[in-house]
Amino acid sequence: MEEEARVIQFRLDPRSGVSTYLQLVHQVRNALRLGMLRPGDQLPTVKEVVGSLAINPNTVLKAYRELEHEGLVEGRPGMGTFVLRTLKGPSPDKHAALKRSLDRWLQSAFEAGFDVEAVVALFETTLRAVREEGVA
Amino acid sequence: MSAVVATGLGKRYGRVWALRDCSLEIPEGRVAALVGPNGAGKTTLLHLATGLLEPSAGSISVLGRRPDRDPSVLPLIGFMAQEVPLYRTFTAGDMLEFGRRMNPRWDEGFARKRLERVGIRPNDRVGHLSGGQRSQVALTLALAKRPSVLLLDEPLASLDPLARREFLKALMEGVAEDGATVVLSSHLISDLERVCDYLILLSASRTQVAGEVEQLLETHRVISGPRKDGAVPAGVAAVIEQSSSERQTTMLVRTEGPILDPAWSVQKVGLEELVLGYLGQPNATALPGPRLAPIRMEVS
Repeated sequence: MEEEARVIQFRLDPRSGVSTYLQLVHQVRNALRLGMLRPGDQLPTVKEVVGSLAINPNTVLKAYRELEHEGLVEGRPGMGTFVLRTLKGPSPDKHAALKRSLDRWLQSAFEAGFDVEAVVALFETTLRAVREEGVA
Repeated sequence: MSAVVATGLGKRYGRVWALRDCSLEIPEGRVAALVGPNGAGKTTLLHLATGLLEPSAGSISVLGRRPDRDPSVLPLIGFMAQEVPLYRTFTAGDMLEFGRRMNPRWDEGFARKRLERVGIRPNDRVGHLSGGQRSQVALTLALAKRPSVLLLDEPLASLDPLARREFLKALMEGVAEDGATVVLSSHLISDLERVCDYLILLSASRTQVAGEVEQLLETHRVISGPRKDGAVPAGVAAVIEQSSSERQTTMLVRTEGPILDPAWSVQKVGLEELVLGYLGQPNATALPGPRLAPIRMEVS
């Protein structure tokens, strides 16, 4: 077997509640954001992924199709799937500003008597509602 | 074309029906899990699909042909029986020779490479191999036939967790190469969740649930909230199972939209939870309607 250093290795979190194909999509996006994947890099072949994770090949195909649809990768028939472009993460300033407002929000939630579980429940319900409304 | 279609299928031994009035359809290109309680007729169904048994009633077809009547379909069907029946005094190489002589579409190069990859030498005796290795030999035999439809009867039952994982990896690699339709019967539902994209729940010969795993998981939730008799939040299409304490109700439901009512906590379900929920309520079904239509649900 030829030695080929794959730039990315997928792993799955069985308890995340996120579907397997989305976990693969997120990991590729994340690797693009962090610069671990660069334009021209080849993603692992479907056979390599299913051989290491024991998952259905259609799941990998679906993830790669989704990434292709987003214009991040390109499938070249008979050759594999290749990275087309990188992804920019949110800017560090934005990150810090959001963290500050979240800190303030958490502080007021705890002052109002919410415990960690109540905060998480409220956050999840709100996130769900916002996403269902298509705002985020 | 569907890979497997059963219509009013039955098999009787004397007065006892091992399978009765079974109708189901497995689309091509899927990895389908065939689950259900003991005695539901899973093994009988698989034996009928391989042509090892003849139906006593109804019919079964594989790739549009009836295995009991049209032997031309048999080379397209791979089968791994429950007890992994290999000749124990044979070597792994003898087993391949046996496979080569029995199968017109035999792929010798593939078979040798596969065994080598899983660390089995041609002169290893089958009787000296571990259970996991024996199942790898059996899978190699089934895959080297280059089947279009691969039927596996409880292939994981006798394997330890590591061997199960290795077996599923090898199976998925085989599917990635050939695109074969796989029908896999098993009790180990949690092992199947990432492998199977189609689910058939057979209970007492009847197809209770059939559909794409992803869609089934997406349209079922466990919700819990305040007990108000009969009341369910908006977004619930049907209640499959419920249990209540004095003030709280927990239900497995099929949804028809988002459940946003903050009084209810909503959780995703795993395949095992979903299957157990339906098994506990034999009258609840989730079956595909006409092709491409959304899942139809009846709860009585």
